[in-house]
Amino acid sequence: MSNQGDTPGQHRGLVLKLTLFVAGSFAFGFALVPLYDVLCSITGLGNQKSLSRAYAQGTDAIDQNRVVTIDFIANLPSVGNWEFRPITKSIQVHPGQLYEADFFAHNLTGHDTIAQAVPDIVPSKIAAWFHKTECFCFSPQSFKRDEQRVLPVRFFVDPELPGYVGHLTLAYTFYDVPSSPTG
Amino acid sequence: MATTEHGAAAHDDHDHKPHGFWNRWLTTTNHKDIGTLYLVFSCIMFFIGGSFAMLIRLELFKPGLQFLDPALFNTMTTMHALVMIFGAIMPAFVGLANWMIPMQIGAPDMALPRMNNFSFWILPFAFTLLLSTLFVPGGGPAGGWTMYPPLVLQTGSALPLMIFAIHLMGASSILGAINVIVTIMNMRAPGMTLLRMPLFVWTWLITAYLLIAAMPVLAGAVTMLLTDHFFGTSFFNAAGGGDPVMFQHIFWFFGHPEVYIMILPAFGIVSEIIPTFSGKPLFGYDAMVYATASIAFLSFIVWAHHMFTVGMPLSSELFFMLSTMLIAIPTGVKVFNWATTMWRGSVSFEPPMLWALAFLFMFSIGGFSGLMLAIAPADFQYQDTYFVVAHFHYVLVTGAIFAIMGAVYYWLPKWTGHMYNMSLAKWHFWLSTIFVNVLFFPQHFLGLAGMPRRVPDYAVQFTDWNMVSSIGGFGFGLSQFLFPYLIWQCAHGGAKATSKVWDTSIGLEWELPSPAPYHSWVEAPSMATIEHGVASH
Repeated sequence: MSNQGDTPGQHRGLVLKLTLFVAGSFAFGFALVPLYDVLCSITGLGNQKSLSRAYAQGTDAIDQNRVVTIDFIANLPSVGNWEFRPITKSIQVHPGQLYEADFFAHNLTGHDTIAQAVPDIVPSKIAAWFHKTECFCFSPQSFKRDEQRVLPVRFFVDPELPGYVGHLTLAYTFYDVPSSPTG
Repeated sequence: MATTEHGAAAHDDHDHKPHGFWNRWLTTTNHKDIGTLYLVFSCIMFFIGGSFAMLIRLELFKPGLQFLDPALFNTMTTMHALVMIFGAIMPAFVGLANWMIPMQIGAPDMALPRMNNFSFWILPFAFTLLLSTLFVPGGGPAGGWTMYPPLVLQTGSALPLMIFAIHLMGASSILGAINVIVTIMNMRAPGMTLLRMPLFVWTWLITAYLLIAAMPVLAGAVTMLLTDHFFGTSFFNAAGGGDPVMFQHIFWFFGHPEVYIMILPAFGIVSEIIPTFSGKPLFGYDAMVYATASIAFLSFIVWAHHMFTVGMPLSSELFFMLSTMLIAIPTGVKVFNWATTMWRGSVSFEPPMLWALAFLFMFSIGGFSGLMLAIAPADFQYQDTYFVVAHFHYVLVTGAIFAIMGAVYYWLPKWTGHMYNMSLAKWHFWLSTIFVNVLFFPQHFLGLAGMPRRVPDYAVQFTDWNMVSSIGGFGFGLSQFLFPYLIWQCAHGGAKATSKVWDTSIGLEWELPSPAPYHSWVEAPSMATIEHGVASH
């Protein structure tokens, strides 16, 4: 009984099937992308609507009967390197509605630099009800020498904000990010 | 001595080995040569990956930053994992498959010998690409071997090199797997029915199917990373409508079967060694086969237990928790069957058996910590701590690596024709076993106390156990130098091995002389030989 009758030709059928299997697995990897979306919509997992419910503007989530005053403050750790101030000093808002406020920054350091704004909310217990949807404080800001720029922050106050709060303050401190260009 | 039916053995001088080093090793299509190439490659990678681990343990010896800057530290953890998984463990199993499967099923060679050569020679290129990332601008990949976006997309020039390296490793494994399946399906000697195959062949057949199902998914996932980074797609980019969490789902859909790719052949090896050194056939052969198949099936429906904390609905957490715990049942069947095989056997403690027994104990420890991690509410505490590190090193080092060591000590006399230095082999075993526990057991405590993984520095209360762990690490690392020395020694001389090697070894490979002739089973083994060879079940 010779074992050498096993020629490659004899294996062609099985090799072909297995190659198709591999191709199918590769395709399945990509099919997982739409499948993932379908599963998410069935299970409600990562549901954009429910996640962004509170973020919706112009809906009934806005509490038209309530007014909250917000003051904006700009701080610098040292004087002379920057001109940094709020353009909007104070604003009256309805909880649930999206607003935009602008800050102004002017690089006086005499060289190109990168700065990072660090936000602070007073009273600090209220921070959980104050939502920034877009903010210049989310990432380091790059400034050319002598560059001046308007920096926007978009936010809304949560309609669930405790009733006793009628006034809050948003303060930013603007720091130079030392040396490292990646921050 | 059964030396009757291996045509080539009768005239060893005419084994038609190609002459010259390059001719022999570069162009070889012989399953034994390719098996050796795989095993030598794997051993080299084991030491390279091990040296990365030594640097990690060096840095973690004391709190604070002493030797590595954090970026290089992260590169070391990432590269250690990639090299050990794809360079050391997987090629070692493919090497063992190449050597043993044809001999165990009575086939003259692998079914597709030239593809076999190709699938090995892809690997040195893949790892040259991967290791070259240590020298490119931006440093090597440092985002962890799991390559989660968006972090991994911040990798410098190393990103495309790493991705292409993974493509090549995947191609190599897939080709190897196809070869194994075709060999087992088409080349079994007449009379070698599926349920007569040795367990090592069975576990490899199932592993090969896992490979062709899972590796292409990984190839897809890293391709998506590539196009996200260079071609403006948004698979994982939230700004473009993608979802970074989806990467974790796709990755772990590959990743969990990958875990079993690295352990099922180890189960096969242990199922060969324990009966031999218990002087008894394997208990519950059929149950072992079905348990392996169940584990393989379950491996595809448990992936999200790696990501309990990403934010899943309660129903998903429950599903993945319970399906994960289900795996304990077939695994338990296997562990109990091994224990029962030894029950009332005449157990002897030669080096292969020592490794197999250590596997049995310590793999079970890894299995139990795995069960703890499977408990979704508890996992929120364990996620990304050293407890996880301890867990997967118990299953991969004292599991997969220990089984590979056992396999080498089991079959080495068959490969070289010489017995190795038994007392030195026992030294290797005991040093490894003691130090590996000093290395990894304290990491359980560190993890439960809250030390996060992948950090170059840590809070001072973790100092003591980290020092202990590092000492264990250096001891384990140094003891491994005995291993290549022992093999080198055994390849160059020593007491002549008999064809059976171990008094009670059962299986077709032991019907061949030692060393196994360059061309074995040129004529298929007769029914009588097969009956004799598979009398174990």
